[in-house]
Amino acid sequence: MSSSSPPVGAASAAISASEKVDGFTRKSVRKAQRQKRSQGSSQFRSQGSQAELHPLPQLKDATSNEQQELFCQKLQQCCILFDFMDSVSDLKSKEIKRATLNELVEYVSTNRGVIVESAYSDIVKMISANIFRTLPPSDNPDFDPEEDEPTLEASWPHIQLVYEFFLRFLESPDFQPSIAKRYIDQKFVQQLLELFDSEDPRERDFLKTVLHRIYGKFLGLRAFIRKQINNIFLRFIYETEHFNGVAELLEILGSIINGFALPLKAEHKQFLMKVLIPMHTAKGLALFHAQLAYCVVQFLEKDTTLTEPVIRGLLKFWPKTCSQKEVMFLGEIEEILDVIEPTQFKKIEEPLFKQISKCVSSSHFQVAERALYFWNNEYILSLIEENIDKILPIMFGSLYKISKEHWNPTIVALVYNVLKTLMEMNGKLFDDLTSSYKAERQREKKKELEREELWKKLEELKLKKALEKQNSAYNMHSILSNTSDE
Amino acid sequence: MAGAAGPGTGPGAAGGDGDDSLYPIAVLIDELRNEDVQLRLNSIKKLSTIALALGVERTRTELLPFLTDTIYDEDEVLLALAEQLGNFTGLVGGPDFAHCLLPPLESLATVEETVVRDKAVESLRQISQEHTPIALEAHFVPLVKRLASGDWFTSRTSACGLFSVCYPRASNAVKAEIRQHFRSLCSDDTPMVRRAAASKLGEFAKVLELDSVKSEIVPLFTNLASDEQDSVRLLAVEACVSIAQLLSQEDLEALVMPTLRQAAEDKSWRVRYMVADKFSELQKAVGPKITLNDLIPAFQNLLKDCEAEVRAAAAHKVKELCENLPPEGRETIIMNQILPFIKELVSDTNQHVKSALASVIMGLSTILGKENTIEHLLPLFLAQLKDECPEVRLNIISNLDCVNEVIGIRQLSQSLLPAIVELAEDAKWRVRLAIIEYMPLLAGQLGVQFFDEKLNSLCMAWLVDHVYAIREAATNNLMKLVKKFGTEWAQNTIVPKVLVMAGDPNYLHRMTTLFCINVLSEACGQEITTKQMLPIVLKMAGDQVANVRFNVAKSLQKIGPILDTDALQEEVKPVLQKLGQDEDVDVKYFAQEALSAVAQRLRKLDFPAKDSEEPSTPGADKNHFLRPGGPGEDTGKGPAYQLHVNTRDTLAQLEIAELVHFSQSRD
Repeated sequence: MSSSSPPVGAASAAISASEKVDGFTRKSVRKAQRQKRSQGSSQFRSQGSQAELHPLPQLKDATSNEQQELFCQKLQQCCILFDFMDSVSDLKSKEIKRATLNELVEYVSTNRGVIVESAYSDIVKMISANIFRTLPPSDNPDFDPEEDEPTLEASWPHIQLVYEFFLRFLESPDFQPSIAKRYIDQKFVQQLLELFDSEDPRERDFLKTVLHRIYGKFLGLRAFIRKQINNIFLRFIYETEHFNGVAELLEILGSIINGFALPLKAEHKQFLMKVLIPMHTAKGLALFHAQLAYCVVQFLEKDTTLTEPVIRGLLKFWPKTCSQKEVMFLGEIEEILDVIEPTQFKKIEEPLFKQISKCVSSSHFQVAERALYFWNNEYILSLIEENIDKILPIMFGSLYKISKEHWNPTIVALVYNVLKTLMEMNGKLFDDLTSSYKAERQREKKKELEREELWKKLEELKLKKALEKQNSAYNMHSILSNTSDE
Repeated sequence: MAGAAGPGTGPGAAGGDGDDSLYPIAVLIDELRNEDVQLRLNSIKKLSTIALALGVERTRTELLPFLTDTIYDEDEVLLALAEQLGNFTGLVGGPDFAHCLLPPLESLATVEETVVRDKAVESLRQISQEHTPIALEAHFVPLVKRLASGDWFTSRTSACGLFSVCYPRASNAVKAEIRQHFRSLCSDDTPMVRRAAASKLGEFAKVLELDSVKSEIVPLFTNLASDEQDSVRLLAVEACVSIAQLLSQEDLEALVMPTLRQAAEDKSWRVRYMVADKFSELQKAVGPKITLNDLIPAFQNLLKDCEAEVRAAAAHKVKELCENLPPEGRETIIMNQILPFIKELVSDTNQHVKSALASVIMGLSTILGKENTIEHLLPLFLAQLKDECPEVRLNIISNLDCVNEVIGIRQLSQSLLPAIVELAEDAKWRVRLAIIEYMPLLAGQLGVQFFDEKLNSLCMAWLVDHVYAIREAATNNLMKLVKKFGTEWAQNTIVPKVLVMAGDPNYLHRMTTLFCINVLSEACGQEITTKQMLPIVLKMAGDQVANVRFNVAKSLQKIGPILDTDALQEEVKPVLQKLGQDEDVDVKYFAQEALSAVAQRLRKLDFPAKDSEEPSTPGADKNHFLRPGGPGEDTGKGPAYQLHVNTRDTLAQLEIAELVHFSQSRD
């Protein structure tokens, strides 16, 4: 009878087998069991009881004289914050604030002439009071943005309306940057940028539009914004490796780069080479690679002379072990090749095709396949054909080898096609390479042996020297002791 | 003096000249330039060998300039280079030439990759010590100044780490300059640089004159501690520990405490977390008086912080904080000012906070003594023992020894039992594993009767857990229990149950019997082993699963030393011989291994006199007996065969439920 019972003893029978193999279950499965949680901002420290809100009269019912006064009162009322982690407290006040915010949104978007100079201060104060906050620690320290559900902002019912209001304010035809710049200053922008680390994608989306509008309207803040984004990225690359809003910031940058004047300033080129290219090393590249590649290509379309340093930069940071990233790099290279000028191509063809030749023979078939797809691209094919004398010798070895050895039949088939294409481009060179292939391999092997030999000799020399040193130290010692004896 | 230096460098230089023709620098540089990164990396890692081949002169004039010029490479290569150069002084001709190493390291200290830069700074710090004071001012200090005023933030960041090594040995005029440079980096407009400066502030303060600390470092500290970026502010907290140690109580109160108080209430949780995390260090640095006036209230706030991260960090420090309080009045302070907050944390909403508290709370009992523990702490322990989170319970149980010393474990036993039972059946195998580790300790403290009644069945259930690590821990646990409770107890309670499993339909359970016997036989002694265990093992030699059969062979080898000659000769040997003819290659191998061990044992028993002549350990020359098939075959099959066996062995060790399919399909 015990033969039919599961291998788990009676004591632990209460736990189902699937539960017990934890550690093997997929992360997402475990996560799903946990209730989806939302998060409050870190600002609610144990404070006293909230002030209760009392509804004010509707703006539309007020006379035009009173309206302005009432508008400011309502803005001030909306500066009061409520704790949304406590879902039962202040229900009435929360509802009043929500209604008021809605009313404010409508008020600034449907009425003209309501954004008067005296209101700016209260408007910005209300926005700052609501959105600027220290973001709370991540609920999940090893948050994987690709797999995990983000933690959502608990006070979103209010914050969303505040962002909405902010946008309508910025986009209003009455909005005057010359007045607003007194309030929307560097410190304001700095705090705004920090919010991009929010885990809530809805918030980041609003922030993106807001920052884009600010960049457009406040010429005096542009350089500052670029510099701060620069700092955020550098910190992301070299210090924390964590920042939720990278993709959004890159998206804004994409449109900023698009508007750069020619010739490009040194500052912008530096940003490309020292920030955007090293960003390719990030662990979570997949989350923002599309936006990053877009920025890079934008730069190259502006200034083709940047092609060589960019490609060399990418080759320097080429992924060593992460095949998924390698596929992304290959994708980006293809995007770059799509817009490359033939003169620029000549400058980088050698190092580039050495890398491609390695990718083609990758044992990860997706990498090999992605690289081989280059041969389906008409423009790239024409570039290869123009430079076949250079490229064929680089590619030939790998292609020839994998046509015989690769485990994946699709790859082998693709390689045959590529070899055929290359052969058609220069049949004679192809034949020469085929016949010298073996000799070439042997030459390589011999070189390898020579290297080993060299190092062996160096090693021996090192030992010999160490011995000499010992002896001389010993002699020294004996000389010294002799003198002291005398 | 001069004579002494001569012979030291002489042979090296001569050797270098002699090898000129053999190793033209071009060949070596070719290696350093090789297209293959891996080869380049290898060459860089053996840079000292290359330098040795070239001799000190040519290393200085040819190799180093080459390295300085070709800094653009993969970061991995640069990292290796930065590391190598730190130990290069001898290879360029000793301290007099140490400055030759500065140019390449200077370039390395400006690259983007933090790891490379940090390594370059580390090497520069190392080399700075080898400079003479004159060389330091002539070469090293100018380098620091260049880095400190570099255009790109990387060089300024690197400079921050170099001030403290050159300051103590510089002249007064240069010292003033160095301080000036450090000051400007503390207010750099790049946050990365300010962070670097803030993180080195404490270290720099330590080498400064006290007056300069007060007049210059303190204002810098105050500024950094109120930086707009929390990542800078939190580093100032670390610096606070070093600075506080340098100042007198009055200065501390006036110059540092306002800032520290502010940090403890910072609007960013990261800064508050840092205060909590560094609390013990801060406490020691500011001394008992300020601790009582300022830190205790701050600590209370941290314990009820709105962020769980901060509360958990503070909870971790509870015991250390209490321990470090002055003994006089300690009890009152803890009882009145700390304990009320701890009570709150026991029912915290966050499991990490509770778990952090549970890992230290037991330590309070030794500080507070028996009466307070029973009256005030015990209810908390009991509450935590019933906590819904297994880590909390586990942390309490794993620290039981602290309480045991003070009040004895009996006080807890009624509450312990349900907690233990629940942990023993936890869904997470790591939790189960952890509780098994504490079984022997618990058994010793609770006594044999309590154990038999309540815990014995748990220990047996673990033997059939389906995670191998648990089964393994369970067998070792049995052995420890037998050592504690004695052989008679083993014979009555443990051994029969273990032996019954030999007939289990699951081959993993049958193997568990063997694993138990392996560890129990020694603890149980010859009689039980021969009479009760051996027959079972021998019977299992006919098992249909090969894994069981070769484990029989291994077990027989293990228990061999405990058996007497008769048993070995009459019972063990024939069975092993039969297994030696097994169709399975692994069974054969282990049977032969065991046979040779047994044969040796028999030899020793037969000729005890020889024993003293040959004191070699049993099994050392077992190859003599291994495989009588002939040496030719042996060497031919050796390596591959061995590998195969090892793989199988590892699989058996790592046994995972999934592998059952693999084994069963073999039969």
